[in-house]
Order: sequence, then structure tokens, then C-alpha cells
Amino acid sequence: MAIGVLDSANLNGGQKLAVKYFTAAVALFVAQILFGILAGLQYLMPEFLYNVLDFNVNRMVHINAMIVWMLFGFIGAVYWLIEDEAGIEVVGLKLGNLAFWLFTSAVTVVVVVYLFIQTGPGTDTTRWLINEGREYIEAPRWADIGIVVCMLIFFYNAAATFMKGRWSGISGVLVLDLVALAGLYLAGMFYVTNISVDQYWWWWVIHLWVEATWEVLVGCIMAWGLMKTLGARRKIVTTWLYIEVALMFGSGILGLGHHYFWIGTPEYWFSIGGFFSALEPIPLVAMVVHAVYDSGVHRFKNANHPALAWLIAHAFGNFFGAGVWGFMHTLPQINLYTHGTQWTSSHGHLAFFGAYATINIAVFYLAIQKWRGNVWMAGGLADNGWKWKWSLALLNIGVVGMTMALLIAGYEQSFIERAVGGSTWSGYFAAQTNPWFMQGMWWRQLFGWVTAAGVVLLVWDLVTIGRGETRAAEMPEVEAPEPGGAAATAGA
Amino acid sequence: MNNTPWWASEDVWRKIAVWITAFMFVVLIFLTFDSVSKITAGSERVPPYSVINKRIGYEFNAERNMQVPVIGEQAPLFGQALTEEEAEALVTHGKKVVQGRNCMNCHTLLGNGAYFAPDLTKAWLDPAWGNEASRETLMTMFLKDPTNNARTFGSGRKMPNMNLTDEETRAVIAFLKWMSSIDTNGFPYNFKTIQQEG
Repeated sequence: MAIGVLDSANLNGGQKLAVKYFTAAVALFVAQILFGILAGLQYLMPEFLYNVLDFNVNRMVHINAMIVWMLFGFIGAVYWLIEDEAGIEVVGLKLGNLAFWLFTSAVTVVVVVYLFIQTGPGTDTTRWLINEGREYIEAPRWADIGIVVCMLIFFYNAAATFMKGRWSGISGVLVLDLVALAGLYLAGMFYVTNISVDQYWWWWVIHLWVEATWEVLVGCIMAWGLMKTLGARRKIVTTWLYIEVALMFGSGILGLGHHYFWIGTPEYWFSIGGFFSALEPIPLVAMVVHAVYDSGVHRFKNANHPALAWLIAHAFGNFFGAGVWGFMHTLPQINLYTHGTQWTSSHGHLAFFGAYATINIAVFYLAIQKWRGNVWMAGGLADNGWKWKWSLALLNIGVVGMTMALLIAGYEQSFIERAVGGSTWSGYFAAQTNPWFMQGMWWRQLFGWVTAAGVVLLVWDLVTIGRGETRAAEMPEVEAPEPGGAAATAGA
Repeated sequence: MNNTPWWASEDVWRKIAVWITAFMFVVLIFLTFDSVSKITAGSERVPPYSVINKRIGYEFNAERNMQVPVIGEQAPLFGQALTEEEAEALVTHGKKVVQGRNCMNCHTLLGNGAYFAPDLTKAWLDPAWGNEASRETLMTMFLKDPTNNARTFGSGRKMPNMNLTDEETRAVIAFLKWMSSIDTNGFPYNFKTIQQEG
């Protein structure tokens, strides 16, 4: 096989499917940024697209594109590693391909309906066909059912392939995590008038996905990624993974309580939610220690510099974005003033980027390397690798810049609207028109453009990196799981 | 690896992970049964839908050290007392309109949603509606034509026209009135309510 040429003969069956998911994920990533920029502009120019493409539509597409591209990235990552990890071919590849096209067409139809039909009357038909109107899970019910079917096919492929091939600690955790991930989605698939009950179950989906099952899923990808890039030892990464699962679920499951302070639920959630969610950063610290320690042990010697750089960005981004930024306003005494302000969006931007965008990008780089015939992607790239370095820098500076701008706006809002103004309509607008708030919005927009520049460069780099390169990479061997060892029974 | 201490062993951590996860999940299930029973409509924390027939206040409670909703005398919405079933049907319609028009991607409800427009948790009690006598009329006018009845306090941000029918408008107002009666543990803090009798 020729080095430096994009050739699907370089990929195994699962990986051929994976790159389809990655391609769709990158397209949705671009859409996420585009609609984020439109929504951000509407803070600065409220007349912009007013009554045409209103803030609620742009913001919905912004956050939905994000959720779906990250999910596509995760599914792709699992298909990417599955044949190596299980030691056999994916059992239901045709079915997997069908699910990909189903999922992708469903997402396309949903987005077209969001953009051109937007809203509907207060009937059940609207919820089934147009929009469910619940943040993050706006997808209409027909699409929910499609998503569940696709997730079941994905789950079947993962579980059955490992079952037929071999288990490892990583695949055991992965498969159990996928059961939870698919099951939790059902908690968001029924209508209820009582908004307290509605939000109670809504948080089961949102929190137990992004603050529990997604974290464990990226823990699995990270464990495998460290073996793949650095040649870290399987026993070490598997033990760390178990530690992370214990700490993550130990804190994150009851940490759910920090969403139950103000939705009508009893006061005991103050103590339970405050205490356990305050512990949620601990597993993220463990992940940083793990990644940095392993990198140090291997003296950062690796065959894919962009991928390792993004894995390290993930470790720190996850800790700061999800951990520190979450911890800052998780106690009820503070959250009373910050809940539902720009504090939350500051946290949201850094957490989703730091925890999930980063690791997906790392996997994209591993994929493109193999797709080009295990091409050289370490030091001394043809153009000195300026594109990946600059896109890494621009994306990180852009998102951190937005995070800080939103945080300052959030501080101002929590004082002026919440503490002083009592969250009335006039209190809200007193905060929104304050010069400090508006400065925050301008800076957010500026860093939004920086982020967009980073994405453009990233896409350009993914398309071109390794093209025409003649050197082959010296990839470390990934240690196979011990046959019949302790890990082999983990998934059983 | 015979010299691996027990606390660093893969096997030990696998067991710990499984047991902690299972234990936390069982605790969550238990708490869920308790919480859901305490927030069903008609419970102490979440009043029945027919609360829209009553006057709703939001007052400081010294014992709990927070503001709590106070249900007062008869004050039917649009002057029309409804049965429990009628009230539930109206609030249900209102909730479905709120979802169908995607309100949550500009507003927050119980503090959750987007931050482009005011929180709606206590919208029914907002002093912006002037006084009790004008409230229903002003809310209706605003919801029917938010473009021309916008009050943006200098922000320039206006609600888009959601083309609500009369029936949908009434239902949304009923939903907002019912939502304002939920005991949200003092959120939003320091909220000053509209002038009301009693």
C-alpha cells in the first residue's frame, strides 16, 4: 500500500464505517460553529434575522449539532478500535452501515425541519414531527425512535463483536456504559404536563449522559488512545479506567442532585447534590494525572503528535471545563444566583469543548493517519505541521476566550439581575444592557470568530496532513488483552 | 506482577467500580421514588392545576429563610373558575404550546433553557404587568403581538411573533400562572412581585 495516499484498503471493516461517522461529525461540527456565530450576533444586533431565523432556532441547531457530532464521533471511535480490541471483524457491518445512513438521514431531515418549519401548534403532532421543545433533546419523537434503533444496532455490534472475539477491561466497561447510555435516552421520550416531573427526568438524560456515561465513554477512548499513541501498558490504563469509573459514577450519579435545587424537588437535594457534585472534579484530576504521567513515562515519544496533543488538551480541558467551571457554581448557596445565567453558558462552552470536542479531534487524527497508510505524523512534518499547531492554538484560545467573556457577563448578571434585581423582567434587562455585559458579548463574538478560524484550519489540515509524505509511522504495538485473564470476564 | 500492592490491583478496582456504581444507582432509584411522589401535581410542593383559580403570591418565610409561594383566595384566571379537569386540560395545552413554539431556546423555565430572554418561573407575578387588574390584558396583548408591544428596556431584543391563537394565548398564560405556584426552594431569590390584593 502506498504511503501518504488516502486509500480505504488501509482500513479494516469497522474503520471504514468509522470514517463515515467522522466525516459526518466534522460537517456537523462546522454547522455547530456557524449557528453559534449567528446566535451570538443576535445578542449584538437583535434585529439580525429577527422573525426569520430567530435566536431560538439558531441556538437549537447550535446545541443539537454539537450533541450529534460528538455522539457520531464516539460511535465512530468505537467502530475504529473494535476490530483491534476484539481481535475479529465487526459481526454486523452491513447493519452498522444501514444504521449510519438511517441516523444521518434522520439528522438531516430534523435540521431541515428546524430551519424551515421551526415551530408548530400546541398539539401532539408538533412534538412527533417538528420539535419537542425541550432543550438538548428537541428532536421530534419519530427521530427519537430512530435514534434508539440506531443505538441498539450500535450496541448489538459492540456487544456481539466482543462476545464473539475477546473481552478486555476496556471493552467490558465500554459495553456496560453503552447499555446505560442507550437506556437513559428513554427517560426523555415521554410527554408530561407537570414541568417539575418533566425536568426531573429530562436531567436523567442530560446529566447522566454528559456528566456520567459520556465521561466513562471518553475514559475508554482515552485508555485505548494512550496505548495507541504512547504504547502505554494495558494493565496500567485498565486499572486507571476502573479507578475513574468508580470515582465518576461514585460522584456523578448522585451529583445529578445539583440540578434538583430549584425545579420543585425537596430540599434534601441541597445537601446530596451539593456534596456529590462537589466531588465530581476528582475523577477528572485522576485523568489528568494519568495522561501526564503516562506521557512522561514514555517521554512524549509518539508517532502522532497532533493526536497526543489533543489527548493532553482533553485531559486538561475536561478538568478545567467540566471540573473547575462546574465546581465554581455547583453549591446551592452560589447556584441560587448563577443558575440560568451566562455562568452556565461559560461552563457549557469550556466543558463540552474540553471534555468531548478535544478527544474526538484526537481520534480524527489517528484515523486520518491510518487512512493514509500509517503515514508519518510525528516531528518534522513537511510544512512543520503549522496547520495542526495553529488550529490547536486557535481552537483553544477561541474557546477559552469565549469562556472568560461569558464568565464576566455571568458575574455581572448574577449580581445585577439575580442578587439585586430579583430576576424580574426589569432586573433581567438591567443586567443585559449593562456595559460590562455587552462588552462580554462582544468579546465572546470575537473569540467565536477565532474558534471558527480554528475549525476551518482543522478541516483543511485533516484533509491535507500526510499527503505526499513518504515516511511510514513507527506506531507502538497495542498490547493484546490477556486471554482468559481477569479482564476477560469484566464484561460478562 | 506479584509485587503489586492490593490497592493498585486491577482486580480490586474493578470490584470497587462495580459496587460503587450499583450502590449509587440504587440510592438514586430510592430518592427518585421519594422525589417524584413529592412533586406530583396536587402535592404540597407542586399544587394542583386548579390553583389557577386562586391568587398566587411569593412571600418570605422566616422559618425556611426563603421566599415561598402562597396560595390565596379565589381569583380565577380570566374571571372564569375551572374544574380540576378543565384546569388540567388548559395547562396541558399551554405546556404543549410552550414546547411547540420552542420557548425554552430563548427563555429559561425553572432556570433551565437559554439566556436570551427573561426567566419565566415567576412570569405571572412579574411587576412589569403593572397591577392585578391590567395583568391578563397586558399579557394577552404582549403574547399576541410581541413585535409591537415589546418592552426591551433599551436592549433592542424583542420576542418574535409566535402567531399564537386566542386559545393558545390563554393556555400559555394558564401554564405560566400554574408554574408560578411551584415551590422552587426560594428561586428566584429576592423576586419582587406585582401589586396584588390580599
